[in-house]
Amino acid sequence: MLTKRIIPCLDIKDGRTVKGVNFVDLRDAGDPVELAEAYAAEGADELVFLDISATEEKRKTLADLVWRVAERLDIPFTVGGGISSVADVDLLLHNGADKVSVNSAAVRNPGLIDALVKKFGSQCIVVALDARLVGGKWLIHLVGGKVPTEVELFSWAREVANRGAGELLFTSMDHDGTKGGFANEALARLSREVNIPVIASGGAGSMAHFADAFLEGQADAALAASVFHFKEIPIPELKKYLADRNIPMRI
Amino acid sequence: MDIVIIDYGAGNIQSLRFAFERLGYSPELSADPTRIARADRVVFPGVGEASSAMAKLRHSGLDRLIPELQQPLLGICLGMQLMCRHSQEGDTEGLGIFDTDVLRFPDNLKVPQIGWNRLNHLKSPIFKGVEEGAFVYLVHSYFAPLCPDTAGVCDYGFPYSAALVRANFYGLQFHPEKSSKAGARMLQNFIELPDQ
Repeated sequence: MLTKRIIPCLDIKDGRTVKGVNFVDLRDAGDPVELAEAYAAEGADELVFLDISATEEKRKTLADLVWRVAERLDIPFTVGGGISSVADVDLLLHNGADKVSVNSAAVRNPGLIDALVKKFGSQCIVVALDARLVGGKWLIHLVGGKVPTEVELFSWAREVANRGAGELLFTSMDHDGTKGGFANEALARLSREVNIPVIASGGAGSMAHFADAFLEGQADAALAASVFHFKEIPIPELKKYLADRNIPMRI
Repeated sequence: MDIVIIDYGAGNIQSLRFAFERLGYSPELSADPTRIARADRVVFPGVGEASSAMAKLRHSGLDRLIPELQQPLLGICLGMQLMCRHSQEGDTEGLGIFDTDVLRFPDNLKVPQIGWNRLNHLKSPIFKGVEEGAFVYLVHSYFAPLCPDTAGVCDYGFPYSAALVRANFYGLQFHPEKSSKAGARMLQNFIELPDQ
């Protein structure tokens, strides 16, 4: 039976981990490679690296990092953040990324999804959906949730799936950072409306929130950052908690 | 040990190369039939779409070479699927090494299957030291049904072939290079298979 995935997300700036991390046993908590290995050893099922740097050398720095991670990591990882072209994706995959996540560029130019799927295959193309509930409608937002669009979440999700994306990474910007739980209703609706896996993101604060995302939200995977970085929720305990609630886990 | 990873332009092969390097080997990447033919071990990766990958193999003559190879050969993911008779993906003929067709997962399942699943009914020296029910990482939309060549089984709505073995040909639907310690063990076992 396919298990549900637990995915720590690492924010990267100029090749370094940005969000403060509290891994006492690490020599250098700012080193994404060392942090990634620590998460893999703890039982993380997959990792996401989100690059938030905005420098000219961004592409090269990120590609170097991807290479160093791929050298060491024996679980899959996804890279996202500012990816806007076939060439960007080609560089990351050739340096050893397993999947890439595209966001704003796909909203601005949906044909990019088709081009990526045609060249690299569905299996490595994740489309990130950042949305907020505005006047009763879930609307896609760009630039880290700051810029609203008129694009409606569920119709966009269907279009993304039809264009061949392999997976959706849905972040509720209303829930992100609140530690009040995932957007389970919207998640469940996404799972009903599209036939590809959905990763839940935004709102993790307790182990029960993860259980809700899987049971109520029907998510295939759940992603979080700070609760893992600050050891508020140790991954081995989380996985045991979820397995005890009959949620299939790799333990 | 001379290991060659067939590099025919079908997807990310860096992580596979790194996995062998973690085991202390230095595989070479090549699309040259002469080079591939004299390797001790051949790895046949592949991600992407079946019919275009087959077209690339035909273009370089690898479609004729691969079924003739005598040394242990390991097909991974799409590589394994291309070693079958036929794939529904792009309605393409395969290399015909394994005696099965490749079909698309039905629409009542989420497709692709992405994530970790248990590997059962292990039946090959490539799984030496790997526990029944070990977790492996998979990403795929098409699958090989159970058949006489089945050497390992996963369950996604129903049981299917996660591993196929016939003579010197080994095929794994999952990614051993991304399947943590169990996957590393399988790659080590593949290297340590007796020469044919």
